Amino acid sequence: MVDKIAYPVQLIQPDGLRVFRPDYTSLVRDIRPDQLRDLYEDLVVARRMDVEAVALQRQGELGLWAPLLGQEAAQVGSARALRPDDYAFISYREHAVAYCRGVDPGVMTRMWRGCAHSAWDPSSVNVTNPAIVVGSQGLHATGYAMGAHLDGAEIATIAYFGDGATSQGDLAEALGFSMSFNAPVVFFCQNNQFAISEPVHLQSPVPIAQRAAGYGMPALRVDGNDVLAVLAVTRQATQRAREGSGPTFIEAITYRMGPHTTSDDPTRYRAAAETEIWKARDPIDRMRRLLDREGLLGEEFLARVQATADAVAARLRSGTVEAPDPAPLDLFDHVYSTDHPLIDEEREQYAAYLAGFAGIEEALS
Amino acid sequence: MTTTTLSLGAALNAGLRRALEHDRKVVIMGEDVGRLGGVFRITDTLQKDFGDNRVIDTPLAESGIVGAAFGMALRGYRPVCEIQFDGFVYPAFDQIVSQVAKIHYRTQGRVTAPLTIRIPYGGGIGAVEHHSESPEAYFVHTAGLRVVTPSNPADAFHMIQQSVAADDPVVFFEPKRRYWDKADFDVDAGPDLPLHRARVAREGTDATIVAYGSVVPTALSAASIAADEGHSLEVIDLRSLSPIDFDTVEESVRKTGRLVVAHEASTFLGLGAEIAARISEKCFYQLDAPVLRVGGFDVPYPPSKLERHHLPDADRLLDAVDRSLAA
Repeated sequence: MVDKIAYPVQLIQPDGLRVFRPDYTSLVRDIRPDQLRDLYEDLVVARRMDVEAVALQRQGELGLWAPLLGQEAAQVGSARALRPDDYAFISYREHAVAYCRGVDPGVMTRMWRGCAHSAWDPSSVNVTNPAIVVGSQGLHATGYAMGAHLDGAEIATIAYFGDGATSQGDLAEALGFSMSFNAPVVFFCQNNQFAISEPVHLQSPVPIAQRAAGYGMPALRVDGNDVLAVLAVTRQATQRAREGSGPTFIEAITYRMGPHTTSDDPTRYRAAAETEIWKARDPIDRMRRLLDREGLLGEEFLARVQATADAVAARLRSGTVEAPDPAPLDLFDHVYSTDHPLIDEEREQYAAYLAGFAGIEEALS
Repeated sequence: MTTTTLSLGAALNAGLRRALEHDRKVVIMGEDVGRLGGVFRITDTLQKDFGDNRVIDTPLAESGIVGAAFGMALRGYRPVCEIQFDGFVYPAFDQIVSQVAKIHYRTQGRVTAPLTIRIPYGGGIGAVEHHSESPEAYFVHTAGLRVVTPSNPADAFHMIQQSVAADDPVVFFEPKRRYWDKADFDVDAGPDLPLHRARVAREGTDATIVAYGSVVPTALSAASIAADEGHSLEVIDLRSLSPIDFDTVEESVRKTGRLVVAHEASTFLGLGAEIAARISEKCFYQLDAPVLRVGGFDVPYPPSKLERHHLPDADRLLDAVDRSLAA
């Protein structure tokens, strides 16, 4: 682990050529042709899911969606570095992390459709529901890691956040707490260059990863569009955590190719030419070039990947359009884990009010 | 039967000790809670006896304390956070109201956050700014939190244990100027009431005073003085501010026909406003006078040389009772 922020770690060039970095390739030595193909499949599935969700939003099936377009490698590479008992705290753009952790694509859109505030049971996949107040989850991950540390569990906790979140006080407090308690947590920043319309230089005049230095935390930058490099550095950081060596800060340099959300208009704040530059660094194209150079890109394989991606997208679509609307009285459920007389009373009164309409509807029908 | 004389502060310490003994997942965290035992010594000797993995001194960061405690709760712990003073809770406000309060609802009941957030609150100790505030209404207004405050040592002892054992997050306000009030009680007897229930602290027939926390002893003094003047006042100690046990308040008002609500917090949109609205709605035909409120003025908490004017005392309570009786 470097203590000084160096040039971002890269293992695959945009043209698909491998980069000679023995210090990091050793971390992914076990990634043989089949695993390379699996990573490529994950990237393609992530993009396919995202495209489907954007389409569903445009068709009125989702109220909103935060596209991950361009960030597939940062998410897949880091998530695939995790073990099943590691725990991930995510934000609202980490659809690929959720997918890699085993979240059913058929439930992934519940929050975005407005059926519920969350989609899945966090403990079933060891990944939280998305944090929307950016930065808050850095502290939650730190606390979870402190608990794991006290339990003697050899696991890593990872917190995902964006460059904008690093301006939040909660993230600064999380860096401080995690160092004070040597918490086994990985801070994984996807620097996608924009916090809605605000460019990253508005958040920080220095590389984001440098923030860790003030806390004495080792940090590094990685090419976030290079799935193999992200996998390598996240493996290194999670291993440090599991060994009891404390937290690590990773800045994955990537680019949000699309809007912040489906309500955003990035043409107002960034030049098309800039987006073109990043298109040339597309994470999926890069992996495809690598596979091609290494003779791993058969027609059959590509067809299989496409079939998997289409099946996942179909599952996401059917899960979305078939998701039942919550019942009106669900409004009152789960505010507290035990009875609360005021809520019970409100539920009862509203049920009686609604029941009044049922009578009228019957009479009119 | 083990009758012990304990101050309210010592009762909290004894209650926290029991909670730590009872469940190894209980941890205490906050600024200065370890070797110092807290600035009010509420956690005195606990770190010595339970170790620094159970009683954790934290960095000086309130959002960090609550946010990290929330993360520990997600891992299966039952953290008890100490916020050093009322006026210091605001940096943690977002974690409390946006994260802790909402996680059960957000996850459709799949995740609980059994946190207890202890906040010494209120004035009357001659402190400097930010050390005497009554911010309870901010938290009572947030669904998903339970908010409680004891007024006496026995309740402090039991309610802190009940709060730690509760699966819902509890904001536990400690009436700091009553930390040194003493009482005898049996530490081995169970609690008289569940956490959410109000207590009739003194029975009476002419008017009801509803109070909580530090104002309960003030209301009881007012009732004693009123008794000398021939008026019988009933005093209700709310204990739980969210939910409020309206059944007990309504029952009392149906009996007395008159209600005065008293608290230290500013009157405008304070708990008194909610209680007045509710009682006006539910007991309209039993009321012989409008519900009156006696609270702090609608000013920032004043310098301590002025606080005796700001805080409701027995005289201001009795003045309101007189107005109610005259109506």
